Amino acid sequence: MLCVWGALVTSTEFEAAADLLAETPGATTISSLEEPQGHVSLAVDTGDQEDGDLEENDQTQLLGGEKQPPNFWTFSYHQSFFDVDTHQVLERIKNSLLPVPSQNFVRHCLRHHPDLYGPFWICATLAFALAVSSNLATVLQNWKEASFSYSPQFHKVTVAGITIYCYAWLVPTALWGFLQWRKGVGECVGCYTFLEIVCVYGYSLFIYIPTVVLWLIPISGLQWFLGVLAVSLSGAVLLLTFWPLVRSDTRVVSAVLLTVMVALHALLAIGCKFYFFQSLPSRSIPVTQAPLHQVTPPGSSKTSAAS
Amino acid sequence: MAEADERTVGETATKPGFLGLSDVSISEDIPVEGEITVPMASHSQDEDYSTLDEPVKETIIRDLKAVGKKFVHVMYPKKSNALLRDWDLWGPLVLCVSLALMLQGGSADSKEDGGPQFAEVFVIIWFGAVVITLNSKLLGGTISFFQSLCVLGYCVLPLTVAMLVCRLVLLAGMGPINFLIRLIVVIAMFVWSTLASTAFLADSQPPNRKALAVYPIFLFYFVISWMILTFTPH
Repeated sequence: MLCVWGALVTSTEFEAAADLLAETPGATTISSLEEPQGHVSLAVDTGDQEDGDLEENDQTQLLGGEKQPPNFWTFSYHQSFFDVDTHQVLERIKNSLLPVPSQNFVRHCLRHHPDLYGPFWICATLAFALAVSSNLATVLQNWKEASFSYSPQFHKVTVAGITIYCYAWLVPTALWGFLQWRKGVGECVGCYTFLEIVCVYGYSLFIYIPTVVLWLIPISGLQWFLGVLAVSLSGAVLLLTFWPLVRSDTRVVSAVLLTVMVALHALLAIGCKFYFFQSLPSRSIPVTQAPLHQVTPPGSSKTSAAS
Repeated sequence: MAEADERTVGETATKPGFLGLSDVSISEDIPVEGEITVPMASHSQDEDYSTLDEPVKETIIRDLKAVGKKFVHVMYPKKSNALLRDWDLWGPLVLCVSLALMLQGGSADSKEDGGPQFAEVFVIIWFGAVVITLNSKLLGGTISFFQSLCVLGYCVLPLTVAMLVCRLVLLAGMGPINFLIRLIVVIAMFVWSTLASTAFLADSQPPNRKALAVYPIFLFYFVISWMILTFTPH
């Protein structure tokens, strides 16, 4: 459907508008440079669903551009990272699951509006899902054995939480530092902000949640297939997001960087699979009964008196 | 006087009448006098200060009644403001401590394989409630910090009841029927907790972010339910 909207954008927003135009090749644009201050007005045909979002974002950017950025120690500074609606979060999750070659996650979905809600709660859900699934998997494997005693294994929650949160924060930090260095050296075109990288990584972890739940099915081939599928889908989203940045770099550096990114992503999946879903050797028979014989020390007089 | 009348008539012709009062004029002949008295506000202050003199038993019973009234509100959640208006944290503390005590003494093959310890349960409940409150405030909620903590803490009551029932059921020994009863009870109480807290908290969120604020509450009670369900005694 034809939807035409016109918006006055300042010259600093021209770049964002240009990016948008680059990604919607079917759009027709009317640009008029009559305003003396260099304002550009654009009329773009876009789809229905993007309308409200784009308008909102541009208006908030226009209005916010005049105010000073709030102090780090004020509440409103942190509130700006949670300024998302339900449908926006759902849309970002959907785009992290399905890599589309023409859509860059950061440019298309985030549009200079990264949020911390998604990464934080996706990591929390993944940590608890890992612990719960791991516990259930242990039960499902061993419940038929007579001497199996169930234990909740609550320490796995701690391990899972630390692992997931470290991955979701340290790897983006390292990546951001590396890209800034390349930009400083002059090889890279530009860099995403730190929060945008954290956002991409956070949303890319979403696919592991259903994967971890489906890993309960004890068929080994299916588990490996699901793992490979999850890593390839989210790895593809990460690759497509960072390819425009490193494209202009030397071939060696860009190849190494992208390989390391995907390798870390796969390593997380494999590590979780092996630590949390280890098929345990049956530790049924000797453990519970042998110590009873070993507990009584050989030279003790008390036990001999008791027996 | 005639001039004044003509003036007022002229004015009413041009100005629209405001509540029909535009043609009211006070004649200068009639004096206006009277008395204005303000009821003394110190009466209620006297009441507040006088609670220092009452016996301790009265204070405690009054607080217990307030806590009990809130328990009733949680078990029969209707849209009322009682939980929000007079928040207190006694109820959540009592519930959290009793839940953590009941979750103690879980079986363990090795020291690290067991269930959550007292400190872990305590930290999960309070830290989880604080994080959820921060989340709902950052999303633009209008509820205050302690009101939200109060609601989340009080809505742990159904799950504490579920824990009590589970412990009683487990006295009869372990088994699949046993497990099924516990599963049904815990699921029912989990749904009750989530619905109760949503009934109190959802209205304070902006309308297009309600799901974003409710999901962490769901996750919080799910984790507590999981801890209750997986409890196995020695």
